Amino acid sequence: MIITLTVNGQPRTAEIAGWESLLWVLRERLGLPGAKDACLQGECGSCSVVLDGELVCSCLVMAADAEGARVTTAEGLGTIEQPHPVQQAFVDHGAVQCGYCTPGLVVAVAHLLERHPDASDDDLREALSGNLCRCTGYGSVLRAVAALRKEQA
Amino acid sequence: MQILRPRDLDGALDALAAHPDASLLAGGTDLMVEVNLEHRRPETVIALRRVGELAEWRDGFIGATVTYARMERERLPALAELARTVGSPQIRAAGTLGGNLGTASPAGDALPFLAALDAQVVLASAEGRRRLPWDEFLLGPGHTALRPGELVLGVELPDTVPARQAFAKIGVRQAMVIATVNCCVVRHDDGATRVAMGAVGPTVLRAREAEALVAGVAEPSPQLLDEFQRLVSKEVQPITDHRSTAEYRRHAAGVLARRTLERCLHR
Ligand SMILES: Cc1cc2nc3c(=O)[nH]c(=O)nc-3n(C[C@H](O)[C@H](O)[C@H](O)COP(=O)(O)OP(=O)(O)OC[C@H]3O[C@@H](n4cnc5c(N)ncnc54)[C@H](O)[C@@H]3O)c2cc1C
Ligand code: FES
Ligand code: FES
Repeated sequence: MIITLTVNGQPRTAEIAGWESLLWVLRERLGLPGAKDACLQGECGSCSVVLDGELVCSCLVMAADAEGARVTTAEGLGTIEQPHPVQQAFVDHGAVQCGYCTPGLVVAVAHLLERHPDASDDDLREALSGNLCRCTGYGSVLRAVAALRKEQA
Repeated sequence: MQILRPRDLDGALDALAAHPDASLLAGGTDLMVEVNLEHRRPETVIALRRVGELAEWRDGFIGATVTYARMERERLPALAELARTVGSPQIRAAGTLGGNLGTASPAGDALPFLAALDAQVVLASAEGRRRLPWDEFLLGPGHTALRPGELVLGVELPDTVPARQAFAKIGVRQAMVIATVNCCVVRHDDGATRVAMGAVGPTVLRAREAEALVAGVAEPSPQLLDEFQRLVSKEVQPITDHRSTAEYRRHAAGVLARRTLERCLHR
């Protein structure tokens, strides 16, 4: 089966086999390994992407149902040369340890701040309740976002 | 695998008529977990997210593909409360009311709300529509009255939906947790009280003796509340599983119902 969708602003076509998740298609068929593959049960958020404006777990999106969708992954936020402000803030504040959760966290934080630029720490904690990080304890993530808020105020 | 992506309700019902045993896909938060675990490998999938009619929310009717994220923003207090306890923001952006009904988990968080309000489940097929009271639709764990070729169109709420309504849930943590016990209490203006309990029986159930005890009592005394709690604990039918023990659930159900009733009375 062939699907077409817009990924990070680019029209993309993928030949997929039945039952594949959007996560699999992004990683294995479109060469975008940003979204991470961990639990495949919606529990960890490492596969978070924005799909038609909503933050979702791409492991729970049937790729065949993503026909025509607009998807943004961590790769679409910024590049090494020109990182997204959230990506830069994570770097500046050491909000990355093993990095496995990071692409999902960055996508989730950027999505929150886009909709609620003045989100409080509590809003942030709530918004990240579906993004598990086993390393940072989230302190550095909150500090990164606090600094970003100050910068942009 | 074959997928059909109808763009309207007629298209969806035609697709279902042609493939009565197809798996319906809404938010995918239950179905895709099963697919990823290789527990389910549907030959034909009918995807519902493009069907505008199913996402409708009008007076007294909530469409099947209304998401928890939407419920959180609307003005039914217990529905907003329960929606907020479901999974994570990612799950709430995708998961739907119809999916909760379709999965028919004993712990489904939307189900106590429907039971407490005596909601009707509206079903549609190419042949027409029918309505079933919630307790004739939910038949057991994972078991509903949905027939091949049918889908859940949405739920119908009664004409009067009292403002005094509350939902509460006990789980092992605050976020991302399936209920150990959940509960919805609705208090009508005439004092009639409805108490629906989830995760403590094969389907959501109503604690009718407890309801009758507090019906019409404006300010239940502590003694009456003790008795209310005892009756709820007596009426539930919990089991022991990987999430909890029957004993704990029985106790917690009474405590939770009592607290939820008290919250409801003070709204
Ligand atoms: C990480 C995680 C956390 C979760 N947390 C909770 C929680 O806290 N509380 C809770 O209650 N649930 C929870 N769930 C379960 C799930 O999110 C809910 O049951 C949700 O309501 C399912 O909706 P969906 O649209 O994603 O369903 P889908 O996965 O799309 O479908 C579920 C089932 O219903 C059927 N179906 C879907 N739509 C219809 C329709 N219109 N008519 C007939 N059948 C239909 C499907 O065929 C399928 O069998 C969680 C799931 C995950 C992955
Ligand atoms: S891999 Fe998707 S939520 Fe864990
Ligand atoms: S940095 Fe290792 S899981 Fe978050």
